[in-house]
Amino acid sequence: MTARSIRSAAAAALAGTMAFGAAACSTPSDGTGGAGGAQDSAVVGIAYEPESLSPLLGYGKDGNSKIFDGLLTHDADMKLRPALAAKLPEVSDDGKTYTYTLRDGVTFSDGKPFTADDVVFTYETILDEKTNNASKAELDALEKVEKKDARTVVFHLKYPYAPFAERTVLPIAPQHIAGKQDVNTGSFTTHPVGTGPYILTKWSKGEKLSFKANPHYWGGAPKVKNFTMAIIKDDDVRATRLRSGDLDGAILPPNLAATFKSAKGMESLSAKTFDYRNVTLPTANEVTGDKAVRQALDIAVDRKAMVDGILDGAGKPAYGPVPTDSPWFAKGTERTHDLKKAEQILEDAGWKKGEGGIREKDGKPASFKLWYLAGDKLRQEHALAFASDAKKAGIEVKVESGPWEAIRPNMKTDAVLAGGGSPADPDFDQYLLLHSSLAGDGFNNMSRYDNPKVDKALVDARRTDDKAARKAGYETVQRELVEDPAYIFLTHIDHLYVVKDRWKDLTTQVEPHDHGLASGPWWNVEDWQPAT
Amino acid sequence: MSRLAQLPWGPMARMTGRRALLAVPVLLAVTLGVFAVAAAAPFDPVKAYAGTAGLTASQENLDQIRHNLGVDQPLLGRWWHWLTGALTGDLGDSATLRAPVSQVIGERIGWSVLLCALAFVLAIIVGTLLGVLAARRRGSLLDRAVTSAAYTLEAAPPFWLGLLAVWLFALKLGVLPAGGLTDTGSEVATAGQIARHVVLPALVLAVSQLPWFVLYVRQGVGDALEEDPVRGARARGLSERTVLLQHALRSGLLPVLTLIGSRVPELITGALLVETVFSWPGIAAATVQAATSVDFPLLAALTVLATAAVLVGNLLSDLLYGLADPRVGFDG
Repeated sequence: MTARSIRSAAAAALAGTMAFGAAACSTPSDGTGGAGGAQDSAVVGIAYEPESLSPLLGYGKDGNSKIFDGLLTHDADMKLRPALAAKLPEVSDDGKTYTYTLRDGVTFSDGKPFTADDVVFTYETILDEKTNNASKAELDALEKVEKKDARTVVFHLKYPYAPFAERTVLPIAPQHIAGKQDVNTGSFTTHPVGTGPYILTKWSKGEKLSFKANPHYWGGAPKVKNFTMAIIKDDDVRATRLRSGDLDGAILPPNLAATFKSAKGMESLSAKTFDYRNVTLPTANEVTGDKAVRQALDIAVDRKAMVDGILDGAGKPAYGPVPTDSPWFAKGTERTHDLKKAEQILEDAGWKKGEGGIREKDGKPASFKLWYLAGDKLRQEHALAFASDAKKAGIEVKVESGPWEAIRPNMKTDAVLAGGGSPADPDFDQYLLLHSSLAGDGFNNMSRYDNPKVDKALVDARRTDDKAARKAGYETVQRELVEDPAYIFLTHIDHLYVVKDRWKDLTTQVEPHDHGLASGPWWNVEDWQPAT
Repeated sequence: MSRLAQLPWGPMARMTGRRALLAVPVLLAVTLGVFAVAAAAPFDPVKAYAGTAGLTASQENLDQIRHNLGVDQPLLGRWWHWLTGALTGDLGDSATLRAPVSQVIGERIGWSVLLCALAFVLAIIVGTLLGVLAARRRGSLLDRAVTSAAYTLEAAPPFWLGLLAVWLFALKLGVLPAGGLTDTGSEVATAGQIARHVVLPALVLAVSQLPWFVLYVRQGVGDALEEDPVRGARARGLSERTVLLQHALRSGLLPVLTLIGSRVPELITGALLVETVFSWPGIAAATVQAATSVDFPLLAALTVLATAAVLVGNLLSDLLYGLADPRVGFDG
């Protein structure tokens, strides 16, 4: 290499670096930035960031995706309402055919019309095995989607599946964009285009999602013109930024939400949820697999004390996946905290007090390990409270923490402090949680519970459209869980939000366990109205 | 121009060429090592990919994704696949960030370079200044203050300094933003906003690098002040200013040149922590994410980048040293 070539190479490299740097430093802008009026922009802090913004990969599958609409949507009371469909679907008598008539005159935010082809494309792509969608089992009942005419789509199911309509809140993607690129890695996954009330202007990963109102939204242009969701994983940092005025609203844990109680101009909202915390009882473990131990633990835990002590009252005792205030709850399945009775059950089953107050049976100590997700303070406190209650009944629970990578290989024999809950339909969480066919399948049925009575009730209830029969089915499940607990359910947790009182009549939906972008008072930010 | 032409371009080019050749096996070994370590780690790429949905997904579903992502392939196969792709300019797709690796790096590297360059320049300038001041009067109050402060800072981890700075400037005084590239509610990255947001992270990173420069300069210049040429210059009655700047500084700064090269890896690790604390959208956040989710293509590309930065840093300091001290030459 000569000196000259080195110099020119260096010059080229320098020029290249500078051009590269200039390109890298340019940030997309569309001139809508900057705070205009106080009420036409909102910035909220959330804790979870979506992995992808493509509905084909699972984004917004439970609705409220902002950027997209589903065929149906949920209102404040979690009742289904038509969205991209013109009305609720017509269901055939055998419960296997759902016919949707589509809304007229809807366009995607790029101006192209929404058609039946987009619906067929969306569902077919999700079910395609090359699509990396981790939630496709939720559409297990779906056999095929058919376009009957430009405005009619028919879903054919493999078996009658009562809650199928609840699944059709999942967002519809535009075929003319998403269909032309790789479904898993294409630019659509980060630069989505939909029919929804908002248009994504920027996604700065790990930092924030910025939206602007879709002026042509079929439901009317939103009053909040600029909407930003800041992703702030740390609770304390989120609270601080809310206090400093950087945020207009945020989700907060009970102890931090309490510090805003007397704050001027701030409103606190508490969302009812299906979000439970429970302890898995692996059947393969000699201690937790013993029915007497399960029954004893179920009444030895002091749920009320957990709600008061851990949740500062922001929650309810949980006796099963269904919260006590849900219409699906089986009255009379509330457990009373009764340590004496718990000890009696253990005595009768042959678990006798040994050294140090730990019971034994056939030389086997009543002791098992309980894992919780490291860094999750709420789960840690639940796990410790559970262990201390169990200790009083003579059962030793060794609490240990770790990441899921460490917990997963031990789930077959060790207990786990788990969480879940899905409000839209009891089938959604209970089938995954309790059906024996899913024992040990991924993170489903972690207890590996196998109860033929429960299995039958679960299947019957998902295959009939008769509301009374379904309710009876889920009541059977809940009563069976009293006799033979699959998990020890501890609490249902309220989700707390603090928002500036610049908007009127804010509401919350009943929320699921995963409460990211779609939950909170901003579930319907497109409908927010200025307070003055 | 004439002075440029006098430089020993030939030997310098030969040294660069030799180093470039040597870099090839180093880079190969490093990428293979990264693949092996990541494969042995307990992190599950499919779990990271699926996120919360993975907690309710069926095993069949997860297995299908594992196959689609190609992470069920044996280690060597995946590495070879990545290598051949990379050589043809295709760095692959990042599974966690759901975008081509080249795009991920392109969007982020500018911000990291901005942060590191600012911090490095600041550390060198302030470090040299403080080092020279301390060296002029060894044992003085200033010297003792600077030296003990430098030792303290050397022991302080950058993330701790970062949290301290956030607490002081953002929470207590409220004068600077606590994190991010721009204000939360704003979509446009104006120069003014970025300037305000870069102050704290750059300052913290600079402070974490500062002690090394202070101590090296102090030592080098201090020693040089006691050498014969300096004594001779003083004897000839030259002004203290000339003695310090023309004689002592010139030989005293030689060790600092080596330091610049060897500090590059430290700068990269420091940036990793500082970017995380300040939610700076550079490549550090991506690196952490790539590592914990076993995102091979992204991880490998970032490792190559970091290795290259270290190699270039070393080469640069050797070249500078050779220029400053002809006795060393360009053969090393």
